[in-house]
Amino acid sequence: MATKQAQALGKWALAPSVAVLAAWSFVPLALTLYFAFLRYNLQDPDNTGWAGFSNFYYFFKDPYFLKDLANTLLLVGGIIITTVVGGVFLALLLDQPFWGRGIVRLLMISPFFIMPTVSSLVWKNLLMHPVFGLFAGIQKYFGAQEAIDWFGRYPLLSVGIIVSWQWLPYAALILLTALQSLDEEQKDAAAMDGAPAISFFRYIILPHLSRPITVVILIETIFLLNIFAEIKVTSVGGFAGNLTYLVFSQLNDATDVGMAAAGGLVAVVLANIVSVFLVRIVGKNLEA
Amino acid sequence: MARKISNRRKLLTTIIAWVIGLLLFFPIFWTAVAAFKTESDAYTLPQNWLSTPWTLENFGIVQERSNYFRYVFNTSVIVILSTLLGLVFAIPAAWSMAFAPNPEGGSKISSLGWLGIVLGSLAICFVALYFNNWKPTNAVIGILLLFIFVVPASLWAWSRNTHNMLLWMLSTKMMPPAGALIPIYLIFNRNGLVFRDWGWANWGDYNIMDSFWGMVPLMTLLNLPIVIWMLFTYFKEIPVGILEAARMDGASLWNELSRVLTPMALPGIASTCLLNLILSWNEAFWSLNLTNKYAAPLSFFISEYSSPEGQFWAKLSAASMMAIAPILIIGWFSQKQLVRGLTFGAVK
Amino acid sequence: MGTISLNKVRKAFGDAVIIPGADLEIKNGEFVVFVGPSGCGKSTLLRLIAGLEDMTSGEIKIDGNDVTDTPPSGRGLAMVFQSYALYPHMTVRNNIAFPLKMAKMPQAEIDQKVNHAAQTLNLNDYLERRPGQLSGGQRQRVAIGRAIVRNPKAFLFDEPLSNLDAALRVNMRIFIMQLHKDLGSTSIYVTHDQVEAMTMADRIVVLNKGHIEQVGSPLELYNKPDSLFVAGFIGSPKMNFVENDTIGIRPEHIEISEKRGEWQGKVLLSEHLGSDTFLHIDAGARGRLTVRASGENTFAPGTNVWMTPDKSRMHYFGKDGRTIRK
Repeated sequence: MATKQAQALGKWALAPSVAVLAAWSFVPLALTLYFAFLRYNLQDPDNTGWAGFSNFYYFFKDPYFLKDLANTLLLVGGIIITTVVGGVFLALLLDQPFWGRGIVRLLMISPFFIMPTVSSLVWKNLLMHPVFGLFAGIQKYFGAQEAIDWFGRYPLLSVGIIVSWQWLPYAALILLTALQSLDEEQKDAAAMDGAPAISFFRYIILPHLSRPITVVILIETIFLLNIFAEIKVTSVGGFAGNLTYLVFSQLNDATDVGMAAAGGLVAVVLANIVSVFLVRIVGKNLEA
Repeated sequence: MARKISNRRKLLTTIIAWVIGLLLFFPIFWTAVAAFKTESDAYTLPQNWLSTPWTLENFGIVQERSNYFRYVFNTSVIVILSTLLGLVFAIPAAWSMAFAPNPEGGSKISSLGWLGIVLGSLAICFVALYFNNWKPTNAVIGILLLFIFVVPASLWAWSRNTHNMLLWMLSTKMMPPAGALIPIYLIFNRNGLVFRDWGWANWGDYNIMDSFWGMVPLMTLLNLPIVIWMLFTYFKEIPVGILEAARMDGASLWNELSRVLTPMALPGIASTCLLNLILSWNEAFWSLNLTNKYAAPLSFFISEYSSPEGQFWAKLSAASMMAIAPILIIGWFSQKQLVRGLTFGAVK
Repeated sequence: MGTISLNKVRKAFGDAVIIPGADLEIKNGEFVVFVGPSGCGKSTLLRLIAGLEDMTSGEIKIDGNDVTDTPPSGRGLAMVFQSYALYPHMTVRNNIAFPLKMAKMPQAEIDQKVNHAAQTLNLNDYLERRPGQLSGGQRQRVAIGRAIVRNPKAFLFDEPLSNLDAALRVNMRIFIMQLHKDLGSTSIYVTHDQVEAMTMADRIVVLNKGHIEQVGSPLELYNKPDSLFVAGFIGSPKMNFVENDTIGIRPEHIEISEKRGEWQGKVLLSEHLGSDTFLHIDAGARGRLTVRASGENTFAPGTNVWMTPDKSRMHYFGKDGRTIRK
């Protein structure tokens, strides 16, 4: 509906953002692609030239690769199941009338605003420490001889718990918002029909939440593939590292740019599989 | 609620909800308690958190030992400047997409343009070869890569219509940082090593590692897609008729934007800024990888406590509280408006 | 001054032609109404005149100057929108003052003009309120106030009354007509309501699928419609068409009797309006007819009646839908 003048102006208004975003998204990717085929180690500047597919070959053969890939998938899968199931429950709970709803809502949403480095260290030390931590204290109170050494024995689970704690409020907040858009009349009608709570949940609420749940799953997947600070700061990269951490350590510890770039490309491919679906869902909802 | 709920049920819900709410909040509460204890009391916190004395000394020690305010300053510089820079890019872009949309798609590049690109890239390769004594090095390959991959991809992005342009912008937010880490790290880090055999690119001692010059633009780019997208949705809610009325009333484009659109969109712009603030305040991946002293933000500051010497829990807690308190409060106030930004608008 | 002339004005979005080519001369001080069903292009035509949209081709002149490439702000026209389009973040006073501020008028003069407009529009008590605190009718008066303060060359009204309730609509209609009489400025008024068109216009422009079907005074259109479309659109209740749409006769030009007449039929339904009674009659092969009878008439449904059309008020149409004048 806009006039030609406005449209011409609009192009100039849009161009800077497109330019910087294009540069940001394509240049590093192209360079990563390029580095992935080079022999390029920061400690060994004389060893140069094309590497062919050997970076990929060695990256895939790295004993950490399969382990870290498995860790990545376990983390993403486990955290998503926890947060979505917990999120649905919390959303249903917060949708009920009760005293102090506003305050409880604030309490529940809080973990999402906590810096990842803070939550990692607080959980690792104050809560999960095998001797002085709160969990150990509780165990001892109930008469246990020796408390669980969370990060020593279950590093992956521990990271999973911390990240779940951070993302549970996210799922709950999104699903609550979706739940509140459910028509009051529909709820009333179901109540008038005498629908029992279970079938009301099964036939009204769950179908209504199916799309928001999909969105939560996709967005969480994209962010959870990139869990980094929680692993780095709690120093469990050797046991519970994921792909992102592996790329980091190839660059930082092994100083092998070529291998790290190959790993980066694997991460990109993995993330792209998810973002294709996410973009499609977002696209359907976008009025532009 | 139109339905009647018995008080007994309401009481039950209240108890369950409060218990769960307090449980979820507990780690934050526990950190707050530890922050006000002496170091030795902090280690026996589970046994005696009520009986031991309270103290403020940790906050002073944290500031003294690790210069907390320096990190607050760094974080603030990065967060505020990147938010402002983001708005400078995003407001015109969002205005353009909301009010001057391009349904047919942007500029298609003509065959003449393509010819220019090919000839241009060949010319640059030629120059690069000349300065490198006619040795075909990685520089040439790099340039060719740029023109074979980057330029066509950018032009492809530019030719999207408004709908696909937005989706493309959002998709850039979905790219994993691991895919960009290596080149960004190298570009930030040391000139000689990135371009070690790109003979032509000896740019001297530039180094934007651990500096605001690197972190501010980077943070802007990280959040730009979400900022543009959120502003777009807020602008969309403003009836076009009002802008047209301003045009009929004789307002120039500048007046239309500054006196009508911006004041009307102010609440939306504010919540966009808040989301941007929260995201960049808590950003950890790039901060941990690209800073260590001069431009290090709070998330780096906290990570320094991961392996310190001596007793540190009370100080860690005090530092943590100081790092999260501002954003926690902002988050509480803006949680309702954040939903749209947090889901890319896929949930309303 | 305020003459507007359109010369072969055409608007198309790609292959979709909205207005194939419109020619129109509007004289200074005239009240012209664009009327037609929704989607006929009347609003688009108005927006082309306003400059809010680009023409595909053609030319628009205001006071003899070609404004085809002039942006809306440079055309010196004022517009009243269907949605009022008030600035929600400004007070009523600032809303009305906005065009004057844009024209960089001195503050004293602005105050004086705003107060005068508020006086005229009876808005004195609301000047410090925001649009959100006003009723629909008050908002519409603010929108009109914003349009009149700067003495535009012409007023453009885009269905300004369609968001108001029926009673208020009649009041505002009279108010706008009074205002036009007082100010004497050229006005273009878009509506889909033919009653508004008939009561307000000096000249009516009937649009159909982007074409200007006919231009004329309300009575010309009523008495001498150029086409089947105009005949059917102007007048309420609608004109009756018989003999495969080749003959038209208005409900008020049929005489009805229980005893004798030319056409026979059976009363299906009667609507009593007090002053008039509209009878819906099943006339067999001629289909359903509407007849306007006096208010005292009380034909029960099912009554057999006879109808006599006034031959001199019959309209004849060709196969192409154009009027055949005899």
